[in-house]
Amino acid sequence: MNNIVKKFRQLKKEGKKAFIPYITAGDPDLEKTKEILDIFANVGADIIELGVPFSDPMADGPVIQKAMERALKNGVTIKDILDMVRDFKEAHHIPIVLMGYYNPFFQYGLECLGEDCLKSGVDGILIVDMPPEEAKDMKAALKSNGIASIFLATPVTDEARIKKIKGVAEGFIYFVSVTGVTGMREELPEEIKEKIKEIKYKTKLPVVLGFGISNPDTIKKFYDTCDGFVVGSAIVREWHRFFMNKAKREDFINFLERLSSSCHIKDKGK
Amino acid sequence: MMKKQGYFGIYGGQFVPETLMPNLTELKHAFFSLAKSKNFKKEFYGYLKDYVGRPTPLYFAENLSKKYKLRLYLKREDLCHTGAHKINNAIGQVLLAKKMGKIRVIAETGAGQHGVATATAAALLGLECVIYMGVLDMERQAINVTRMNMLGAKVVGVESGSRTLKDAINEALRDWVTNVRNTHYVLGTVFGPHPYPTMVKEFVSIIGKEAILQIKKKEGVLPDAVIACVGGGSNAMGIFYPFIKYKKVKLIGVEAAGKGIETGLHAARFANGRVGIFQGAKSFVLQDKNGQILNTYSVSAGLDYASIGPEHCYLKDIGRVSYGYAMDNDVIEAFNILSLEEGIIPALESSHALAYLIKHHMDFKDKLVVVNLSGRGDKDLLTVIKYEKG
Repeated sequence: MNNIVKKFRQLKKEGKKAFIPYITAGDPDLEKTKEILDIFANVGADIIELGVPFSDPMADGPVIQKAMERALKNGVTIKDILDMVRDFKEAHHIPIVLMGYYNPFFQYGLECLGEDCLKSGVDGILIVDMPPEEAKDMKAALKSNGIASIFLATPVTDEARIKKIKGVAEGFIYFVSVTGVTGMREELPEEIKEKIKEIKYKTKLPVVLGFGISNPDTIKKFYDTCDGFVVGSAIVREWHRFFMNKAKREDFINFLERLSSSCHIKDKGK
Repeated sequence: MMKKQGYFGIYGGQFVPETLMPNLTELKHAFFSLAKSKNFKKEFYGYLKDYVGRPTPLYFAENLSKKYKLRLYLKREDLCHTGAHKINNAIGQVLLAKKMGKIRVIAETGAGQHGVATATAAALLGLECVIYMGVLDMERQAINVTRMNMLGAKVVGVESGSRTLKDAINEALRDWVTNVRNTHYVLGTVFGPHPYPTMVKEFVSIIGKEAILQIKKKEGVLPDAVIACVGGGSNAMGIFYPFIKYKKVKLIGVEAAGKGIETGLHAARFANGRVGIFQGAKSFVLQDKNGQILNTYSVSAGLDYASIGPEHCYLKDIGRVSYGYAMDNDVIEAFNILSLEEGIIPALESSHALAYLIKHHMDFKDKLVVVNLSGRGDKDLLTVIKYEKG
């Protein structure tokens, strides 16, 4: 069974939600990325989302755009990222999801991508610019190696599209909280709760919420609606402050711990 | 011809974030029902006739014909309202957007021609308009920025990436992802996700349809060759498409070779690119070995783009269209030759098609050739002066 599936089963039993921190691989370099992966593990990340840098990230806001620019300045490649994941997985059993844009994966070669991901311990891949309609080749490459193909759903996803997504999605559905690009928001619209419930009911897959989550309050508000929370831009911003020596290490860790514990509320007092 | 909807051979598709899929579906339906309806066509062709000034002339370039010992006709898209063929597509899409109930249109622009065309159509049809333009291009094409402002559009400077056309497209896509419900994205060329390549082709193919009627009337035969410059490839597709079924007509697309293929400073996708996925489509892309998109270079902002319309890749694969390229110095020379010999100042983009013909004129001896003069060169005067000063 895929590690992501296992993880959600375990969390469900414990009444917890998945804390899924995001970082762009190679921001500002691979050594530093290894450091933050260890921090993620120590603060209780359930799944880690590792961004694969791309020169033209059309669905990302300014914070992650800049992180990708920093990573690409050092010429980070998918091979480098897979090597790093392999090292990380030797010490930790946390599922890893690669999130990126199609072209770098396509150029890497779909023939060897699945196998190489399996070897290095990648558990799932989410390609932002790959709707279900275009997913056939990629999915075939991943499925034979037991790697989950993860897909997005959004506030404008209608019934017909839920069906399409259901037909291809594995592991979990990544629900994009707003129509828009990645980036921190103070609040998220309440009305997405209905949409999330509909998607959970129709796909029978865990649904995690992402885009715009920057604080424990938002997580609290949607705790009962979803199965996990992805925190991206907010972490990338704080991480940047930390490695630029504008914030203390302990403050950065505290920030992550608050996010992590707010995903694990029901665990408290047990 | 199409195996899967939205594909041309292996090229095309819809490589966009999920958030945009409902919009593309809506657009597809609107295009295949509304835009194909009699009423829409009547209105659209009405604007093309009385507002754009169609049909544009097919002009026999007598002086150049003598000089190069061939028979050269120029399809005068430079005489369209706003000065380039871009207005044909802009009016088609803005009209469609209005019928779809959208209140706002956005567009990217490189040289500024598509931005001006979209701003014009939005002013005409009463829609709010925002144009994304790389700050580097805003400097290069300052007059077009002023024109767009005067037409009531808001021009947003894009600071990210290489600060040129591809970054303007990224930013337009980010706007569209954010404002999916009320906004239509007026993509300026036969690129991007389905249905754009097909839809834009439909709106610009009036160029080739007219050219066929005109050349038949003037010469009694079809031309031996049709030549057009290719950035994203809309003016080329516009003139080529109606000729495709006439197999004896040679079709030639001309890419921007900038300072030369070997220098890396160019935008010749077929010379040095390979198949990739970029900004919504599978097509030929200039990229590094890891799939990161390369910065491109051309003296003409309108051809300065890392990818090319997917149908062009297909037409190349099946051998129906051949593709060559022209370097900056030859382009500037062609620009000057047409200005001096015929009294027509061409856009630097269109000058690529002329440069190709001039360079290879021996191959076209005594042949009947049509060049698509896709735009006029007023916008390029400063660029040419700067280039000639070195």
